[in-house]
This record gives sequence, structure tokens and C-alpha cells, in this order.
Amino acid sequence: MRDLAEVWVYLAREPLAALTATLLAWLGALRLQRALGRHPLANPVLFAVALLAGGLLLSGVEYRAYFEGAQFVHFLLGPATVALAVPLHRQWQAVRRSALAALLSVLLGGVFAAAAGVAMALALGAAPEVTASLAPRSVTTPVAMGIAERIGGLPSLTAAVVICSGVVGAALGPAVLDLARVRDWRARGLAIGTAAHGIGTARALSVNATAGAFSGLAMGLNALATALLLPLLWRLLAGG
Amino acid sequence: MIGALTTLLLCQLTGEILVRSLHLPVPGPVLGMVLLFATLVLRGREAPAGLGATADALLGHLGLLFVPAGVGVVLYLPLLARDWAPISLAVLAGTLLAIAATGRLAQALLRRLG
Repeated sequence: MRDLAEVWVYLAREPLAALTATLLAWLGALRLQRALGRHPLANPVLFAVALLAGGLLLSGVEYRAYFEGAQFVHFLLGPATVALAVPLHRQWQAVRRSALAALLSVLLGGVFAAAAGVAMALALGAAPEVTASLAPRSVTTPVAMGIAERIGGLPSLTAAVVICSGVVGAALGPAVLDLARVRDWRARGLAIGTAAHGIGTARALSVNATAGAFSGLAMGLNALATALLLPLLWRLLAGG
Repeated sequence: MIGALTTLLLCQLTGEILVRSLHLPVPGPVLGMVLLFATLVLRGREAPAGLGATADALLGHLGLLFVPAGVGVVLYLPLLARDWAPISLAVLAGTLLAIAATGRLAQALLRRLG
């Protein structure tokens, strides 16, 4: 029994176990996604988070102890955010001719997306940190988490709502665009990329190449615009 | 690949330093992304192959990178239980409204501006 206790102490202290569990959960989540035929509602991040969160609650391991190990994966979010410049640059070269219309739509659409979420949260009396976590909801996750941290939100809650927004947008966005009679593939791509970031872009790419390119552009531009504008607006409105 | 990774880290580091020394409200990595994007646009050519490959490798598994932070929701389960209604409304209605509004706007603007 003492040996077992020693093993447990080792596992709890070193990053190895948490890191391995994170990768295993991710591989399991990808497998589950494939088994469900890559349905737009089947998101591997949600599966992996649910698996690990369930594991922590069942085993009684504290989140802080888990994160000590998993932070090595978390660290890569920074360089990955910088790397978003590369696909943005590719899209930029491909769609430069419609750049002005795209820029304006994404800017206004992005502000509207943030404002709509915040207004609904305020109307229903959400806690301030929940409202701040919802504001960057439509921006790609790594950027949204950075923004949430800046404006007093909870980055992990933001990660969850960003992913859920992406899943909703990817699954129901095309039907909403049909209802709104938006038929231009470029406009459809811009709408999905602005409101449903990478998850929506993946869906747009699988439907139409033009929509995919504009969606990727919109996702990148909205990440930039929201990261630059939201903290400023937030400070103005909350401070004033 | 090491060269490309160094480029990414250098951009992030520069971004973090600028954000802290100028007290900007923007996250450091986002400023790093702006720096890299501006450099690529100014170069006027396609991104170097190595940088493209490294970016694709990192972004190909972007989802995995949110998992450790996402698991942090276990800390906020009481908050989630309290505020599930505004959260789900903002996620569902907020996202779908934003899609409809942005789509209509983009269609009108593309018609006028090309």
C-alpha cells in the first residue's frame, strides 16, 4: 500500500500524468468525433474538456494541480495566436479586391456580435465576470481568452462559450443565412467567420471554397478588430 | 521549423514587451500576430514555406491547445448553474442574430463596393 501511495504522490507532483491525460483525452475526443460522422455538433474540444473535467471531479484532483502539468500545452496558445497571421495573409492575398467591403462588414458585424451578447447577459442579470466572459464570444478562442483576461472575464468560461458559439454558428448559421436571404457566397462566408470563427470556417470551407476563404478572412479580421476595440470600449463604458 | 518557431516566439515576445511598456489593453500575442501580418504584407510575397508549414502544424491542432484552460470550468460550476440562462441565450440567439446581421450587411456592401 505504501508503494501505491508513493506512486500517487509522484503522479500528483510531476507534470507527466496531467500532460499524458490531456493528450489521451484529445485523441479519444477526435475518435468520438469521427465515430459520430464529423457532425457539426460533435466538437472534440467539448468532448475532451468534459472527459478531463469529469476525471478531475471523480478523482478529487484539484484543477491547479492538473494545470501545473497541462500548462505546457497551454503555453503553445501564444505562438499559435501569432501563427494566425499566416492564414490571414493567405486569405488577404486571395480576396484583396473585396477588402474594403469585407473590412467594414467584419468590423460592424463583430461589434454587433459582442454587443448583442453583452446586452442579453445584462438584461438577464448575469454576474459581471460572466458578462465580461461573454463579450469576446465570437472571436477565435486563443484571442478571446486573452481579451477576457484583459476585461475581467474568466478565460476558461470564455473558452467554453466561444466553442459553443462556434458550434451553434456552424450547425445553424447556413439555415439562418437562407432565412435572411443572403445568397452571395462571399457574404455568407464573412457572416459565418465573423460570428463563428474557426469552427464556422471549417464548415464554410466544406460547403464552398469562396465562402471558406471569406470566412477565414473574417475570422482573422474580427480577431484583430475585437482585440483592438473591445478592451477600449469596455474601459470607456465600464469606467464612464 | 526551429527558425519559424523562433519567428513566432520573437513576435509574441515583442508584442508582450510593447503591451507592457505602452500599457496597451490588447493581449500580447495578438499584437505579435499584427506584427507578423504587417511584416508579411510589407514583404509582398508569399510567406516562407517553413513558416507556413509550422503555422499549419500548430493551427491544425489548435483545439487541443484550449483544452487545459477549458477544463478550468470546473472552478466555475456554481457560477454556471446560476447564470446558465444568460449564457445560453447569448451563445444561441447572439450568435445567430450576428450571423444574420453580418450577412445582410456584407451582401449590401459587396454589391456597392465590389
